[in-house]
Amino acid sequence: MNISILINLVYILSAIAFILGFKLMSSPESARRGNIISGVGMLSAIIVTLIDPQVQRYDYIAIGILAGTAIGLLLAYRTPMTGMPQMVGLLNGFGGLASLLVAWAEFHARSELMGAGDAAIVWLAAIIGAVTFSGSFIAWAKLEEKFISGKPVMYNGQQIVTGLIILGMVVAGVFFSLYPAGEGAYWHFAIFAVLALALGVALVIPIGGADMPVVICLLNSYSGMAACASGFIVQNNLLIVAGALVGASGVILTLIMCKAMNRSIANVFLGGFGTPVKGEALAITGELKEVKASDAYLMLEAANRVVIVPGYGLAVSQAQHAVRELMEEMEKNGAEVSFAIHPVAGRMPGHMNVLLAEANISYDAMVEMDAVNPQMDSVDVCMIIGANDVVNPAAKEDKTSPLWGMPIIEAHRARTVIVMKRGRGKGFAGVENLLFFRNNCRMLYGDAKTSLQALVGEFKSARS
Amino acid sequence: MESTVLIFLIFILVLSIFLGFEIISKVPSLLHTPLMSGSNAISGITVLGSLVAAGMAKNAGHGELAAILGAVALMFAMINVVGGYFVTDRMLNMFKKKEPKKTGK
Repeated sequence: MNISILINLVYILSAIAFILGFKLMSSPESARRGNIISGVGMLSAIIVTLIDPQVQRYDYIAIGILAGTAIGLLLAYRTPMTGMPQMVGLLNGFGGLASLLVAWAEFHARSELMGAGDAAIVWLAAIIGAVTFSGSFIAWAKLEEKFISGKPVMYNGQQIVTGLIILGMVVAGVFFSLYPAGEGAYWHFAIFAVLALALGVALVIPIGGADMPVVICLLNSYSGMAACASGFIVQNNLLIVAGALVGASGVILTLIMCKAMNRSIANVFLGGFGTPVKGEALAITGELKEVKASDAYLMLEAANRVVIVPGYGLAVSQAQHAVRELMEEMEKNGAEVSFAIHPVAGRMPGHMNVLLAEANISYDAMVEMDAVNPQMDSVDVCMIIGANDVVNPAAKEDKTSPLWGMPIIEAHRARTVIVMKRGRGKGFAGVENLLFFRNNCRMLYGDAKTSLQALVGEFKSARS
Repeated sequence: MESTVLIFLIFILVLSIFLGFEIISKVPSLLHTPLMSGSNAISGITVLGSLVAAGMAKNAGHGELAAILGAVALMFAMINVVGGYFVTDRMLNMFKKKEPKKTGK
């Protein structure tokens, strides 16, 4: 059999494996199997590509594979679950960088065989790859708060600078496509590659840490598009199929996150987002009613139905295991306990679910916002841990609020609300939370972990 | 590239995009983080392009640069593939139904 036919047959099987892998992700029971099937598809594609007649030497291949595998394994097992957004951000960037380098290698080796169309595709793959790489690097640094702070960086004429960079990239691209084998081609390539790297920085640097989930999703999509574009350069179907799947996934997640934050993509990238919104003073009635852990215990002890709304504050104080213990105590006491999870509860889509699963909380106790809201009236106690804006009724009731229109978990409709909070500060959006002033709301101040442990202690001493 | 080839590739691209939107919108929000890390792994598919580049012979007056670029690309794409699949597996392994193990250090 012809080698290239064999290779392409295996590529078809790999494509099926990728599609099945995503399909099996529709349920947590089959997801792990799906991931393994997808991985086997990838492994088969790699192995069969090694017998491609274009591959004539294996020394560099061995180095690349060994180094990549070692670093990949290290990242996969060393990264804590709270660090998942950074890891995904970093991997998005690596995907982009690989596409940029493949475009460069192809241009270097085959420039004299390229027509204008081929050169234009090299241009496209290189700029998508470069933007993804530098943008992801900035996103990663902002999440890590390593080299730059998570705060948005704004300067005058920002949009003009971005516009000029794009213009320069296009002009260099046009010259490159017209004369891909010409004297200046290398210069043109270098110019648009550097400009694309600058564009990635310019696009992400003005975005604040709170909006990073949207950026990470969008860059995830770009990394797929970059793979797609390289597929056009090397004329490989599998790269196109796989890249398109990833691209679609990133776009879907971006839209979900934007909807959950009540923002448009344009607003995230152009508006002064992430910066605290200065709202007009709201007329707040009622007062904050503080409780001690012993009083909160009495409320929980009497409750039949408890819903816990976790926010990132829960993970910050490392309280996931404490909250699981409390859940177990309340279940022993006969209560039905579930977790209501807002789409932006963590630092990336689905992040809170992973953090809770890590603490051995079963996934059927995790409920989505849309599923829990209709049942909120029959909930005895809604306990809010380290969440703020996502339970602020201002989103539904106060048209002047910056949160107006944002989908929230309607905790205020529960019979009693207990809010665990470190102090009296405001949420990300810098808005006063109307919920805290309601008659059915009690504030339990202090570190979430300490408060939870105190509650667990109350339950335990009552039992003994 | 011949225009028939280009059209053929675009054809595949368009169908894959629609397929992607169909299957991925069925993934529950519960699994969105593993979905993203799994996507990272699959976007490492650039390994195939990098393999071909890294395996180029050093002739035709190009020197070794193309192969070296390919090797570096291969390394980064491999980090995606290996890191992505293994971290996804690690995460999915944590999603358990009722009666979880009593460990959870």
